[in-house]
Amino acid sequence: MEYAVTFLPLFGAIIGYLGKNLTKNFSEIFTSTMVTISAILALIIFWNGFNNDVYGNYKIFEWISSGNFIANWAIKIDPLSTLMLVVVTFISALVHIYSLGYMNHDPHKPRFMSYLSLFTFSMLMLVVSDNFLQLFFGWEGVGLCSYLLIGFWYKRSSANNAAIKAFIVNRVGDFGLAIGIFLIFFYFGTINFEEVFELIPTFSEKKLTFFGFEANLITLICLFLFIGAMGKSAQFLLHTWLPDAMEGPTPVSALIHAATMVTAGVFLVVRCSPMFEYSQTSLNIITIIGMLTAIFAASVALVQNDIKKIVAYSTCSQLGYMFFAAGIGAYHVAMFHLFTHAFFKALLFLGSGSVIHAFKDEQDIRNMGGVRKKLPYTYSFMLIGTLALTGFPFLSGFYSKDAIIEFAYLSNSILGNYAVVIGIFTAFLTSIYSWRLFFKTFHGTYNNKVVPINATHESPLVMLAPLFILSIGAIFAGFLFKETMIGHNSINFWQSSIFFLDEIKHEYIPLWLLILTPILVTISIPISYYYYISNPNILNDFKKTNLPLYNFLLNKWYIDELYNFIIVNPLKKIGSFFWKRGDIGIIDRFGPDGISKLVKLISNKAGQFQTGFIYDYAFVMLIGLSILLTYLILK
Amino acid sequence: MNFPILSTLIFLPMVSALFIFLSKEQKNNSSATYISLFSSIATFVLSLFVWYSLDLSSPEFQFIEEKSWVNDYIKFKLGVDGISILFIVLTTLITPICIISCINSVKERIKEFLIAILILETFMIGVFCSLDLVIFYLFFEAGLIPMFLIIGVWGGPKRVYSAFKFFLFTLLGSVLMLVAIIVIYWLTGTTDITQIYEIKIPKEYQNLLWLAFFSSFAVKTPMWPVHTWLPDAHVEAPTAGSVILAAILLKMAGYGFLRFSIPLFPVASEFFTPLIYTLSIIAIIYTSLVALMQEDMKKLIAYSSVAHMGYVTLGIFTFTKQGVEGSIFQMISHGLISAALFLCVGVVYDRLHSRLISSYGGLVNYLPKYSFLFVVFALAALGLPGTTGFLGEFLVLTGSFQKNYIVAMLATIGVILGAGYMLWLTKRVIFGEITNEKIKNFKDTNKLEIFMLTTLASLVIFFGFYPAPLIETLDVSVNNLLMNYEQSLNNIKVVSND
Repeated sequence: MEYAVTFLPLFGAIIGYLGKNLTKNFSEIFTSTMVTISAILALIIFWNGFNNDVYGNYKIFEWISSGNFIANWAIKIDPLSTLMLVVVTFISALVHIYSLGYMNHDPHKPRFMSYLSLFTFSMLMLVVSDNFLQLFFGWEGVGLCSYLLIGFWYKRSSANNAAIKAFIVNRVGDFGLAIGIFLIFFYFGTINFEEVFELIPTFSEKKLTFFGFEANLITLICLFLFIGAMGKSAQFLLHTWLPDAMEGPTPVSALIHAATMVTAGVFLVVRCSPMFEYSQTSLNIITIIGMLTAIFAASVALVQNDIKKIVAYSTCSQLGYMFFAAGIGAYHVAMFHLFTHAFFKALLFLGSGSVIHAFKDEQDIRNMGGVRKKLPYTYSFMLIGTLALTGFPFLSGFYSKDAIIEFAYLSNSILGNYAVVIGIFTAFLTSIYSWRLFFKTFHGTYNNKVVPINATHESPLVMLAPLFILSIGAIFAGFLFKETMIGHNSINFWQSSIFFLDEIKHEYIPLWLLILTPILVTISIPISYYYYISNPNILNDFKKTNLPLYNFLLNKWYIDELYNFIIVNPLKKIGSFFWKRGDIGIIDRFGPDGISKLVKLISNKAGQFQTGFIYDYAFVMLIGLSILLTYLILK
Repeated sequence: MNFPILSTLIFLPMVSALFIFLSKEQKNNSSATYISLFSSIATFVLSLFVWYSLDLSSPEFQFIEEKSWVNDYIKFKLGVDGISILFIVLTTLITPICIISCINSVKERIKEFLIAILILETFMIGVFCSLDLVIFYLFFEAGLIPMFLIIGVWGGPKRVYSAFKFFLFTLLGSVLMLVAIIVIYWLTGTTDITQIYEIKIPKEYQNLLWLAFFSSFAVKTPMWPVHTWLPDAHVEAPTAGSVILAAILLKMAGYGFLRFSIPLFPVASEFFTPLIYTLSIIAIIYTSLVALMQEDMKKLIAYSSVAHMGYVTLGIFTFTKQGVEGSIFQMISHGLISAALFLCVGVVYDRLHSRLISSYGGLVNYLPKYSFLFVVFALAALGLPGTTGFLGEFLVLTGSFQKNYIVAMLATIGVILGAGYMLWLTKRVIFGEITNEKIKNFKDTNKLEIFMLTTLASLVIFFGFYPAPLIETLDVSVNNLLMNYEQSLNNIKVVSND
């Protein structure tokens, strides 16, 4: 069964693509069926593990063995991986079904569906891995699928560029991950998770010099692994690919760029919690980067106009939450937020997809509005998604996000206190931009000049059904699983898959902290309605008076421009320089071309010397003779 | 076994070349094609048989053949071990694929072309089998002649310049190697390497001799800064020529390092390790950046070859198990991938007669199968896990990290750049808008092309997931190599301590 869960999506991807001409819609139905079966099996595995403790490690076959560098293809079933299995296969199955409707008119549907299934497979290989190399396989595999899917509409130049950008920025992250793995192998002599984690306590004090700095080994490893996590999870400085990735079809954004792939970084940190626990420095850095990302992305999301980009920045920001939760040592809370976030973010993306579908591929929220009566189902699903995201009381986001803030408070450190402040403030910003999106899309006046309002239509059932299921999850997932995953006895659930050096105690939390976030979140609804719908002029005036700030946010803090300026363009220039000056100008000029010219020159001269006149030769002989004589006399 | 199986392996292609030479001129030369195809496949099967019957648990050379040649001074000695057999199989695999690729693309003098390829195959197999320095040198240098002709006769417009550049560069390096071989003979009284392994060359001679061998191998690898012949040679060579050049000729140098430089001159090898590291790192980063800016597809792939060979030299001189096995794996992998990429370029070159990236774009619309395969190979070249490209690079980097983390980190940057140039190439050639109207009249790949490319693709993916057959073949020989290396280093240290 464990094998089936992982390999059915791969099977679906291959057979689905090869059999695309068998019958109409063969690949769509086949891939969806395979992933759905896989999702059901994943639920069974989760249930078995949850109730009966059926966990284990299944070795498929040896991948590579070179000396003591040994990696297996394996399926590791433990609480952490079963949870991820459920999230991945479940969301993936829903996205497959949704795509049946969304991609209905696309001629390349078989290709699309098999990419989706291939992605699911890679992601499953990532989460069930029992060693770093297989994790790396899944890690790059999901990156590949993301590349292929972002560039799915290959005729668009922007889609291609976004795809390359995603791959390369991820490669920068993978660079860190690879170095981390090299370090682990060098010092621990193994790359198997369990063996490495067992050895960690003995290495916890080990120091080494690295580029002239003395550093703690564990900290160094953790930081390199975290660079990998930053790339995949779009954390600040390596986040630039995620908004661009919205060039891909919307179901892709929902599955890959919201619910599953981008959470791989969080998963990595949680999986390696036995290592991160021994390095307070790296945990602090994670917390800082997480906070920075949370607030940065939220601030940028405030002013974006593309519906998908807003949701993308929101994803970025929520990932920041997960990271600082992990950074303060509350790994289980990070996983819990990952779990609930998967539901409501997929819901929001698929809902946006439904809106985009209704508006015939319009993505700018300034060209929407006033369609709540035309799209009643989408409207209500988006409402649930928005409420859940903002953390409105008793929806799933409320439980997980507030838990992060509470745990930050309980961690009782300076950084934890900062995290509380940033967490609450970001929650407020989240609420503002989410409602802005919501109101501008559904309320107010109808602003689209291309598509008349009567032409907008509700999406077909095949798209609405997944939305319905997701909205159930968005409402109840938090409430139902709160006790299990982050309650007092959560250790019974996680068992050894999450490691705490000293666990954060559940203590008394002041009431004001408990109710502050829900209150802020709730009052932001009327505030946003007032500013964005009833009285937009105030904001327009504000925008005009603070144009530099507005542009700064609109252009995403100018980070893309900065990268182009300091990395991309110089590299191209250096490349040209090496080629034109280095290879052609120096090596060839003084190397082969130069030598052959020299040889030619000398032989020409030597040739000219052979004049054929007797007096020339006599003259040369005379000179030679005189030199010889001079030499002999002087001697 | 008394049957001279290695000699058969070596001379089978040459004999069939003779047959082709003697065969009557026909209208479409189909008999020449069939003979060469048949004989090269027979050679391939034979080499598989050798691989199959090789005793992998023994580090000794096997299937040894020994005949006295020049007054007993120089012996014609052949033998294979776990390392060389892989290169032989690679050679015999790539040759039939090249011959298939000629069927459509070589229009003139196909008979002579096939003869050149078969003779080249003989020499290449000879290089990987020989256990005598002189024999090795002969095969190593003789290979230049058919290659020179392939580039010079069937090449593109600047073929003469490229052919001479290729010839001069490689010959200049090899002359020094010949001198070194003579010195070795003078020192040890033999050119049989199994005997020299035992005798050990005195320490004070090692550095110079090592440099002499290095000058030859560095040109052939090619290492920076003597790499500039490679892009020119590739650009002008016909498809089959590029394939052989990239897939096999470049591997001779890596093989040479393993077979000669390290076991014969262990002290010098250790002494010059920093030099190799520096040149490898420059090769990886410098040529990756140069590759990024190329406008010619073949040049881009040629520069990427230089970068990939940088990993090979880096890995060999880590003297760690992962590094050396990774290097050999990387050579095999690069042999398959670069061969496939040059074939891919050949496929569209046959249709449009342009190698410029800018004259393509949007191929996926009209050549979906071709595009699929192209993307597979591009991804394999950039080292995606699940392909052979990844394992080679990753093992090399793991190995080098144990010796010098700064070098390993710099080399890892090359992996990022590799993704950059390969994906950018793919975007400009395969995806995007159609810029050239002629592309609309293209036919998708025919059956032969599909056959060649899918064979390579399945090997690249199969060994990417299940490299055990290759690694197990290598294992004992590499262990033996490293053990001998360390022993001789220790011996010399003991001697100098006394």
